[in-house]
Amino acid sequence: MLPEAKRKMPPLGILLVAGAVALVACALFMTLGAKGSWSFILPFRGKKLAAMLLVAFSIAVSTVLFQTITNNRILTPSIMGFDALYALIQTGFILMFGATRVSSADPRLMFLVECGAMILFSCVLYRWLFSGAARSLHQLLLVGIIFGVLFRSLSQFMQRIIDPNDFIVLQDRLFASFNTVESDLLGIAALMIAAATLVAWRVAHTFDVLALGREMAIGLGVPHRRVTTIILVVVAVLVSASTALVGPVTFFGLLVASLAYQMMPDSRHRHVLPAAVLFAMIALVGGQIVLERIFAFDTALGIVIEFVGGLFFILLLIRGAAR
Amino acid sequence: MIRIDNVSKRYGGTLVVDGVDLTLAGGGLTSIIGPNGAGKSTLLSMISRLIGMDAGTVTVDGLDVTRTPGDVLARRLSILRQDNAMTARLTVRDLVAFGRYPHNKGRLTVDDGRHIDRALAYLELDGLKGRFLDELSGGQRQRAFVAMVLCQDTDYMLFDEPLNNLDIKHAVTMMRLLRRAAEDLGKTVVVVLHDINFASCHSDRIIAMKNGRVAEQGSPEEIVRAEVLEAIYGTAFAIHMIDGQRIATYFR
Repeated sequence: MLPEAKRKMPPLGILLVAGAVALVACALFMTLGAKGSWSFILPFRGKKLAAMLLVAFSIAVSTVLFQTITNNRILTPSIMGFDALYALIQTGFILMFGATRVSSADPRLMFLVECGAMILFSCVLYRWLFSGAARSLHQLLLVGIIFGVLFRSLSQFMQRIIDPNDFIVLQDRLFASFNTVESDLLGIAALMIAAATLVAWRVAHTFDVLALGREMAIGLGVPHRRVTTIILVVVAVLVSASTALVGPVTFFGLLVASLAYQMMPDSRHRHVLPAAVLFAMIALVGGQIVLERIFAFDTALGIVIEFVGGLFFILLLIRGAAR
Repeated sequence: MIRIDNVSKRYGGTLVVDGVDLTLAGGGLTSIIGPNGAGKSTLLSMISRLIGMDAGTVTVDGLDVTRTPGDVLARRLSILRQDNAMTARLTVRDLVAFGRYPHNKGRLTVDDGRHIDRALAYLELDGLKGRFLDELSGGQRQRAFVAMVLCQDTDYMLFDEPLNNLDIKHAVTMMRLLRRAAEDLGKTVVVVLHDINFASCHSDRIIAMKNGRVAEQGSPEEIVRAEVLEAIYGTAFAIHMIDGQRIATYFR
């Protein structure tokens, strides 16, 4: 029987193995092919590694939590247009102020503005969900997808009319890259992620109940509206932090979250969340090692992730896991 | 006591529940019957604060359901709806354990374990407790959900068509179980039923709804009568006394 085969390895065992692999990947990333002075290599690679770990954590946690509150296994914050909003804000800034002014502005300030806009967006979307007579999640999801298209079209329109030099700068910013990490933002992003995690931790006991669906969660006494709002804000902060660090990655969250659901025997968050985080770390750090050492920087990790993730997304749709 | 005071609900332009006044006294098994679209499920959802009402108030033991904190209410009143699709992958025992959430906020105690085992045994789920919900038949899943509600151990238990998906044996067992919960444990059980004869044989009280209003209410002897049922359902009925039970036939 298939489920029996799946259950062979206990969840804790999988987590331990994944944790060990992640640690090895980090150690390899820091030391492999190191030539020259350690005092240069360690901080240089350390920053990159820290950014990758932060991004892995944020994307994994935000995707799993988002899928929990929407009771859906296919849509993720990025597919819903959170990333598209980020691109729109960036494009809008460059259109209004020009690339030179935007580049010289304090990136931390930009980050906070973007973060604020994303939180606002998610709260407006959420209001939408509960104001209408039909309070279905599909409505929220459809609205989200339409917003995503709108944001993307608006950005594309603006990109057509801006100065070509500005466009080059913009394109560079909008392309997910783990090589040009915004290291100025590392500190503030880490701080925001830590704060969001703390907030999420405080409502963590509701996660599994929320996964049962809105009605059951209310029936079991979870203040559904309040808790889902909190989680949406947490998701918005995590997504903005990771997007600000490396740019938009659309399918990565889907990939690691689905992998975690597949590998773990049940869908309790104490198993799925750490698994998704560890898988994300392994994929990012491991992938970066392979790219740097084997392909000698010939391609960007972002492209590979999007390619694999996109294929996987199509596979999920075909298999009809949407439910 | 559940007091429903002038409650209305509108979907778009249609009034689904139209100014219902109702008092459900503590204890006993109350069935709500009525044709499709009579507002039975909507009323049950409003009582259990799953949906808001457009007018009126519902109080449970004096607590206004729209204003009382969710967890306080969840220790007094439980609800099981018809459609319980979920994406979460859980074993039967894990699902039943969620019934203890209002009491323990996710940290299972030894006492919770006893509640869970008792609920599993009540619904004959011992052999299935390690199985995942997506490996069960519709009826087995339905029983698992009912076990979860039992495990919640509230004074008031509301069920929206709990006999859905159940075969004859399990439907009868389910109604006996609910009866026993009402009689032995002093619970107040409210069920929406489609099968008039189950309502007739197991209820202390029957509430008949039509067009969003309470059409009739009373004991089975008062409600399960040809002229009453004909007025509610708009079709011909014959009532037979069989072994002291009032059985309605309407098949031909």
